[in-house]
Amino acid sequence: MSTLARKKGVGAVIWDYLTTVDHKKIAILYLIAGGIFFLLGGLEAMIIRIQLAVPNNDFISAGFYNEVLTMHGTTMIFLAAMPLVFAMMNAVVPIQIGARDVAFPFLNALGFWLFFFGGVFLNLSWFLGGAPDAGWTSYASLSLASPTHGIDFYVLGLQISGFGTLIGGINFLVTIINMRAPGMTYMRMPMFTWATFVTSALILFAFPPLTVGLIFMMMDRLFGGNFFDPALGGNTIIWEHLFWIFGHPEVYILVLPAFGIFSEIFATFSRKRLFGYSSMVFATVLIGFLGFMVWAHHMFTVGMGPIANAIFAVATMAIAVPTGIKIFNWLFTMWGGSIRFTTPMMYAVAFIPSFVIGGVTGVMNATAAADYQYHDSYFVVAHFHYVIVGGVVFALLAGAHYWWPKMFGKMLDEKLGKVTFWLFFIGFHLTFFIQHFLGLMGMPRRVFTFLPGQGFETGNMISTIGAFFMAAGTIVLLANVVITTVKGKRVGNDPWEDGRTLEWAVSSPAPEYNFAQTPLVRGLDAYWIEKMEGKKGLTPAEPLGDIHMPNPSILPFVISLGLFVAAFGFLFHNDHAWGTPVGVVGLLITLGAMFFRSIIDDHGFHIHKEEVMEAEKKGAGA
Amino acid sequence: MKKWLRNWRLVSLVSAMALLLAGCGKPFLSTLQPAGEVADMQYKLMLLSTAIMVIVIAVVTIIFLYVVTRFRRRKGEENKIPKQVEGSHTLEIIWTVIPIILLIILAVPTVLYTFKLADVKPMNKKERDVVVVNVRANLYWWEFEYPDYGIITSQDLVVPTGERVYFNLKASDVKHSFWIPAVGGKMDTNTDNTNQFFLTFDDKRAEEAGRLFYGKCAELCGPSHALMDFKVKALPRGEFDQWVEKMKNAKPVASTDPVVKQGEEIFNKSCIGCHAVTPVDGRPEQARLAPNLGNFADRERIAGILEHNEENLKAWLKDPEKIKPGNKMTGTYPALSDEELEALTKYLMTLSVQ
Repeated sequence: MSTLARKKGVGAVIWDYLTTVDHKKIAILYLIAGGIFFLLGGLEAMIIRIQLAVPNNDFISAGFYNEVLTMHGTTMIFLAAMPLVFAMMNAVVPIQIGARDVAFPFLNALGFWLFFFGGVFLNLSWFLGGAPDAGWTSYASLSLASPTHGIDFYVLGLQISGFGTLIGGINFLVTIINMRAPGMTYMRMPMFTWATFVTSALILFAFPPLTVGLIFMMMDRLFGGNFFDPALGGNTIIWEHLFWIFGHPEVYILVLPAFGIFSEIFATFSRKRLFGYSSMVFATVLIGFLGFMVWAHHMFTVGMGPIANAIFAVATMAIAVPTGIKIFNWLFTMWGGSIRFTTPMMYAVAFIPSFVIGGVTGVMNATAAADYQYHDSYFVVAHFHYVIVGGVVFALLAGAHYWWPKMFGKMLDEKLGKVTFWLFFIGFHLTFFIQHFLGLMGMPRRVFTFLPGQGFETGNMISTIGAFFMAAGTIVLLANVVITTVKGKRVGNDPWEDGRTLEWAVSSPAPEYNFAQTPLVRGLDAYWIEKMEGKKGLTPAEPLGDIHMPNPSILPFVISLGLFVAAFGFLFHNDHAWGTPVGVVGLLITLGAMFFRSIIDDHGFHIHKEEVMEAEKKGAGA
Repeated sequence: MKKWLRNWRLVSLVSAMALLLAGCGKPFLSTLQPAGEVADMQYKLMLLSTAIMVIVIAVVTIIFLYVVTRFRRRKGEENKIPKQVEGSHTLEIIWTVIPIILLIILAVPTVLYTFKLADVKPMNKKERDVVVVNVRANLYWWEFEYPDYGIITSQDLVVPTGERVYFNLKASDVKHSFWIPAVGGKMDTNTDNTNQFFLTFDDKRAEEAGRLFYGKCAELCGPSHALMDFKVKALPRGEFDQWVEKMKNAKPVASTDPVVKQGEEIFNKSCIGCHAVTPVDGRPEQARLAPNLGNFADRERIAGILEHNEENLKAWLKDPEKIKPGNKMTGTYPALSDEELEALTKYLMTLSVQ
């Protein structure tokens, strides 16, 4: 049953990906789906910037603008950044800890398909009466007043994809706790694995409040609930709290893996071990912890009173300390190193000043009394784009270039990679730096247009020009992907030559079973240690034997499809008679698939020793 | 001596930044050209935090530039293996402690100002002698009620300069946010509760800004969120008192002009259900569905955004949807002929208290 080295037709490949439970293939699925949503969110961003290029522009209408801005935020956070982070985690973490797969391969596939169907569901709103239009934060009074089904797509779509994320988070927690190779103690785990670990814990605690909020809103909008109706004893501020109790940790859910990616890249291309590893771990955990203590800084102007505002202001400032520790540790990782400026390293190096700007404006936002001025102005827009683009997107681009050979066996073209980098880097600062000043000059955020004569013209024009640079960078990246896929040369285990962690010890891409023999880990940067001792491979921790693998399954796809169908039914149940039956059928599909999953005994299969030996020989020859 | 030097550096950095930032934006709109006590406090905090942050950025940038130039891999170093340093406790303590000190320097005034700005006791005393305005935000217009004077106006807030003006803030439909950038910001108008805060309009700087500040809605509230502007007239106390008296005593003037009379008839037939035409309006707020037009002719803008003239007023009355998409006025009255538009416009332009 092994699928090793077998040529297949298109149909078989598609079926393979629909049913796969292999973390490496799921990583590719996440990368493709997240990449497509990233392009979609980017397109929405371009529409926003074109509309705001000049005052009183009528490129799009006011109502449509609100849909675009909502979908830009929602898509970029939930459907682009999150899955791309998961793509990196799936591609790398199991190999980094010396495991053959994640703890629950079936759940891993289920997590992906839930995210995917949730995202598709959300985006179908464009064709079915209008997208959500209350901002990605979807504050309750506005979202309940929204006349179209857009918000219903938002609450149902995000619930489905949220389940996927939660499942993914739990899976990685268990994987990292249970599946580490012998010798891989917690304090020998690569920084990216640590980041994944803390991030997964954050997901575990942050997504349930969001789900609660979404269910309340679903009740209010579709089933006659009154959780957010002040006239009937409800309260809209509760939504804001629930949303931000999720929403703030979400920032760290995105940015901690980014920190992890950069930690790997700094160490690799400085040819030095990460400076202050233990304080980096400590800082990561501390950021994760503090991330839950600061949500109300998004609500300084809500009227919580000075005591709450002061407490949350000081708590927020405290996060700057562990973040600062990280910045200096990265700088001193490079200090005394031998720095090679590859494309991933360019992003990593550019990340430091970019993210520092985003970080310090974060501290400025934390000063509650002054935040009364910044809040909901373009200053905030500038701030969080510095954090999310300058931190997360840079990291995802860096990570994609860095691990592309590990995922696909071919190197992205370095020249084109650097072109992308410069276009994106220049465009990014051009677009967002000026927005700090637009906000301070009195421009509120989420405006579909602005009137002339208020001093906003120049800044907005510059910002729009910058956006086109970023778009151009993205197009070059796409060309690079295509060219590499068609013409790229196959590479060996350690194409960057300075790889330090376990993923660089296996072939590119890694074989289905990752490690022919589970490795023995003898310290931080396990592969580097072996290389420095002049060894070619890893020290094995077990004799060569048959490898037990999980069977592929279509059930994750079916379970997710059922929820997708159910969401459609319930969304229209107030308008059409077929709504409720369709909803019930959808739920039955899901529950039925879950039932089959429970009763079918699936023991998986074995890759025999001889097959492994043959594959290893081929891998070494390639 | 050293401390003096450090202070001197900070002060010069702050003043250099203040000079630089003052060039930003318009005096009637920019937070960087503060025009009152609240905006001043906020501006001071901005400058202090920016100064600290510029220091941080400078330190990081210097180390950064040194590192990336000094330690790049040069030709002939392909096989060089740098020393694998684990870390340094001294350095780590330094870059933990210094940021903590910087943050404490910032946190103290932050907490202090946060409490100062929340001091609304004078407006909640039984015998109050301060100006209080009830702000009610609606899709997409603002109502300003002066409970102590029994008058109501919309779109143009009128306030006395040189004293604290207190606000009760709420929304009647969806959440909005009340923001006058140059004078201080900002507080949400919730649908659930009433928020309170105060602002101060400095007389001299109001004069410099033309006695007219721009106000904005700062919370996404629907299609025309971007157009939910209001204006603030900041008058010396004496002029403000005169304005209040005029508002209190405003009476509809019986016009002899037949066109105006026709306009009044149209208004009484189609508009008066929602719009009041006297600043003294005893109806409860639920009945006040649309802006009070008692001093309409004295306003600064049509619909909060267009220049105040008859042409724009006609355009608004003819098709409000085109000017403010999603507004609540569209479709609530029958279509008007050009003659009727002319009459209604003429009538509305007589609604003045001046």
